[in-house]
Amino acid sequence: MNAPVVTLVVAELVQGRPSRLTGEVLGLARRLVAERGDTVAAALFANPAEGAAEELIACGADHVYSMEHAALGSYHGEAWVSAAAQLCEKAAPALVLAGHTAVGADLAPRLAFRRGAAVATGCVEIAWRAGRPTFTRPCFGGNARETLSFTTACAVATVRAGCYDAFARDGTRHGAVTRVVAELREETLRVKVVERRPDAIEDIRLEDAHTVVAGGRGLNGPEGFRSLQELAGVLGGAVGASRVPCDLGWCPHSWQIGLTGRTVQPELYIAVGISGAGHHMAGCGGAKTIVAVNSDPEAAIFRDARFGVVGDYQQFVPAFIDEVRKLRQSQ
Amino acid sequence: MMHIVVCAKQVPNPEAAFSMFRIDEQAKRMVPAPGLQLVMSPFDEQALEAALRIRERHADTKITLMTLGPESARGAIRHGLAMGADEGVLLRDSAFEDADSYATARALAAAIRKLGCDLVLTGRQAADRDTGVVGAGVGELLGLPVIAFAKDVQVEGAAVRVERVLDDGTEIVEAAMPALVTVSNELGAPRAPSLRETMRAARKPIAVWKAGDLGLAEVDIAPRRIIERLFVPVKDGRCEFIAGSPQAQAVALAQRLREAKLI
Repeated sequence: MNAPVVTLVVAELVQGRPSRLTGEVLGLARRLVAERGDTVAAALFANPAEGAAEELIACGADHVYSMEHAALGSYHGEAWVSAAAQLCEKAAPALVLAGHTAVGADLAPRLAFRRGAAVATGCVEIAWRAGRPTFTRPCFGGNARETLSFTTACAVATVRAGCYDAFARDGTRHGAVTRVVAELREETLRVKVVERRPDAIEDIRLEDAHTVVAGGRGLNGPEGFRSLQELAGVLGGAVGASRVPCDLGWCPHSWQIGLTGRTVQPELYIAVGISGAGHHMAGCGGAKTIVAVNSDPEAAIFRDARFGVVGDYQQFVPAFIDEVRKLRQSQ
Repeated sequence: MMHIVVCAKQVPNPEAAFSMFRIDEQAKRMVPAPGLQLVMSPFDEQALEAALRIRERHADTKITLMTLGPESARGAIRHGLAMGADEGVLLRDSAFEDADSYATARALAAAIRKLGCDLVLTGRQAADRDTGVVGAGVGELLGLPVIAFAKDVQVEGAAVRVERVLDDGTEIVEAAMPALVTVSNELGAPRAPSLRETMRAARKPIAVWKAGDLGLAEVDIAPRRIIERLFVPVKDGRCEFIAGSPQAQAVALAQRLREAKLI
């Protein structure tokens, strides 16, 4: 008899609950198991709050491994990689899935090398084809896609936000919870966390915003972000940016949306002065409706946009703010 | 003396228009248009910049720039030497032609082991395939502490102190060297080569090592990755352009978005 095919999801928690992306990864894992496999297991690392394991079961896990050790309190690369490697030894997953976050993107390659497994980062699609898992991911600056498979028995992958629906929460699902004490020797924890510097809490997190207004190189300076903030305020949304204004110091780095920044999936994405290079679109391609405002009618962003405005944003944005205000008042 | 090895990759200029990149779906290859420049991957330039900043504060520091690639990759090394690196190492072998992330990490790790060093710096990911695997893999293969996504790298005594980027802020971490650090774009712009350094670079040594020089057999670097498909995603191109004066555009767009219940 063949060994059971286990798909292991590395869970991330936000305030003690599975993150939105963890929910999506569990949704993907359930789809994959329906195609081929037996069990969706989930790994909890953060000495979790009461009820977190049960919540993962309600969100699609069959078996939750709660990895316990004082060093697992919040993300520590060496501690999490070692604990994950121990769990892989025990659970022998064919696939290990994590969200493509600062945690997942750090953990996945290290775990893969530790276990002699293959790794695919930033995937937008994972499917079984001809008995093998295949991984589709953006490459060449987000302009192309590659679909990969591997010759190894195990593959580790990170999944980008907004690519899969979360499994519909079902509080009546049953599953097993196994507590595993991770063996972490002091001398293997060589990186010491000295200080954490959290960003100021955003009124509306970019990832959760219904509307995102984002600015790019075409704003021609930091002042442009003031009118974008005003527009976002009127729309009840959040402000983001492409990489160039962040690197030029026009706005905080935490606003960066794209391949190396944050991934957003709002209903409405208003891109102002953004050319639409693939590496930016990889962070906002999941938006339901994209509006592009750009002075260059040939800008690539118009290929992704539903509505296009060609013109000077300094004239258009204030007029648009007024119109939105009028609509709001006439409600 | 402190020895820093910077691992860099030569990539097609990621700033070039996408029309310069032709995807051959049959051959599953990217075919560069004539004139598409090959450059050092920008994150790797920033890793070298981090090394140069460390050397400014710790004068007794040697920086070796290492890359795996074809003969053309010598251009990326020359660029790094002109930025200020002291020596170059090119890992070039026909056996590396099909190298995937795993094989590349194996070769770089073997070469770093041969050189010995206190600190390995590299970009967080290469700007062509954006995988972000090789740096971490080199660290794991060498058994080094790995610190990812640095926006600031300082050497203090025998330790490296790094501010690294998280999804919701940053954290300061420290590790005794040797260690491996991957550098993110938050580090800031790399310096351009100066005329003086460019002149000096011509006299700096570039070693060329083959798989055999690193004690690697073919089986050690056999690819594990199969490229099933390489393609350009289809876009539906249904953009509705809204014409008129800024005022008219504002009215029409607000109306469309209201109809779509988006505002």
